[in-house]
Amino acid sequence: MTEAASLTVTDVVAGYGSAPVLNGVSISALPGTITAVLGANGAGKTTLLRTISGFVRTRGGQVTMDDVSLTRLAPDRIARAGVAHVPEGQGVITELTVEENLRLGLLLRTRAERAAALDDVYRRFGSLADRRRRLAATLSGGERQILVIARALLSAPRVLLLDEPSLGLAPRIVAQVLDLIRRLRDESGLTVLLVEQNARGALSIADRGVVLNLGRIVAEADAAALAADVQLRQHYLGF
Amino acid sequence: MQEFIEFTLGGLSDGMIYAAVGLSLVLIWRGTRVVNYAQGGMAMFTSYIALIVINAGASYWLAFAVALVSGLVLGAVLERVVVRPTAGKPPLNAVIVTIGLLILIEGVAGIIYGSKNRSFPAAYSIVGAKVGNFALGAGSSPSAIFTAASVLGAAVLLAVLFRFTPIGLRMRASAFSATVAQLMGVRVGRMTTLGWALAGLIGALAGMLVTPQTFLYPNSMDSIFVLGFTAAVIGGLDSPVGAIVGGLILGVLLNYVTGYVGSNLPELAGLAVLVLVLMFRPSGLFASTATRQV
Repeated sequence: MTEAASLTVTDVVAGYGSAPVLNGVSISALPGTITAVLGANGAGKTTLLRTISGFVRTRGGQVTMDDVSLTRLAPDRIARAGVAHVPEGQGVITELTVEENLRLGLLLRTRAERAAALDDVYRRFGSLADRRRRLAATLSGGERQILVIARALLSAPRVLLLDEPSLGLAPRIVAQVLDLIRRLRDESGLTVLLVEQNARGALSIADRGVVLNLGRIVAEADAAALAADVQLRQHYLGF
Repeated sequence: MQEFIEFTLGGLSDGMIYAAVGLSLVLIWRGTRVVNYAQGGMAMFTSYIALIVINAGASYWLAFAVALVSGLVLGAVLERVVVRPTAGKPPLNAVIVTIGLLILIEGVAGIIYGSKNRSFPAAYSIVGAKVGNFALGAGSSPSAIFTAASVLGAAVLLAVLFRFTPIGLRMRASAFSATVAQLMGVRVGRMTTLGWALAGLIGALAGMLVTPQTFLYPNSMDSIFVLGFTAAVIGGLDSPVGAIVGGLILGVLLNYVTGYVGSNLPELAGLAVLVLVLMFRPSGLFASTATRQV
């Protein structure tokens, strides 16, 4: 695994059309930590990740990874810089096989690394190894989520952006996915920015938490402290 | 029976050419959801370039190679300069641009080369084979066999490129989901340019193969384009295999019409097939999606 990096978002203003969705958002994710980004629908969580990965242009502010500016770079350049973004719901290319989807992640690796990296992923995710020749369209929702995370890992990212990885999954599968994310931090030292509506689950594995509301940060603290704040939970987190 | 075999072999040979044009259209459609109406014009233009090389005294094979390279370059340049600015705009913009390109290319060809029909050499003899006294027709000629081998060879090379190489995976990912491809670090714009370049090359191949039969003039590829488009639609417009099969079906069908019904009817029959397919099987025989953006 490549060495994890810090990700810093400073006073970012971004959005679609004339109205900004993010209004001066600042977040810092330290290397080897999980930072949960929480908030209701429309808070700007997905827009934040899309801004970091270059799909939404910043109108103000900076995005940096280890002091290297990612601001206004094209999405493919940001990916090549080491930011892997697992988008909400639509990350699998259903027309390709499971292995072809995984090989997309390997495109950023050297030729010499590819075979060993793929073997490693198959060892870690046995269910994908069993289905490697099948079209990704035949996978269940949980398997698809594992596939896109595995593909992101194959690109040897320095920072991993996860957008609602538990969305639409059965509770048992949600627990597996969250456990996988926790292990990625613990075993690989990966820096993770985790966007989730399942605030309870996200805070259970995160080191830090950030709460967004209408494009602004309304709270930022250790995950345990956020989870213990009854008023904040009732107002913004729904549990 | 002799006629049936003759028409069938001739149809397969013609069908290979429609397949090549269809394949070039599919390459662009898959990557950009644009029907390149200028594809026939581009093939005509590269055939003129080949004719210039031949008339300068060079060998046919050098001209053949120059035509293919010209198609490759022309496809890439047109995508980058003319078509790229329509990305993200309403689909009609790209349609108008490619129709405009066709008019421009044919106009320029007319200005440079004039409008008279020019004969064009074939790579090999167009005389059909005989088995005893049994003539198999032009569809069994060395030229027809070369046509079939060229198109099938190009199709196999494309299949290998797409299935077994990282660049092919990048191209397929870009075609199926540009967003995911970008997330994986793929330069989608470059893949689009490469798709157009390959389409230009396949179109140039079709031009070199068909022009000995049709003569060369600024509009010489128009009807071939319509039949190639029909082949692609029969196959499903986004299926390379479908374009090949569609081309063969169409070629054989039109040869039967020519042989058994009337020699003036194949183009009309081709249009009728196009209309019928769009009415009753709009997604084609091999489409990967049930609906199509029009």
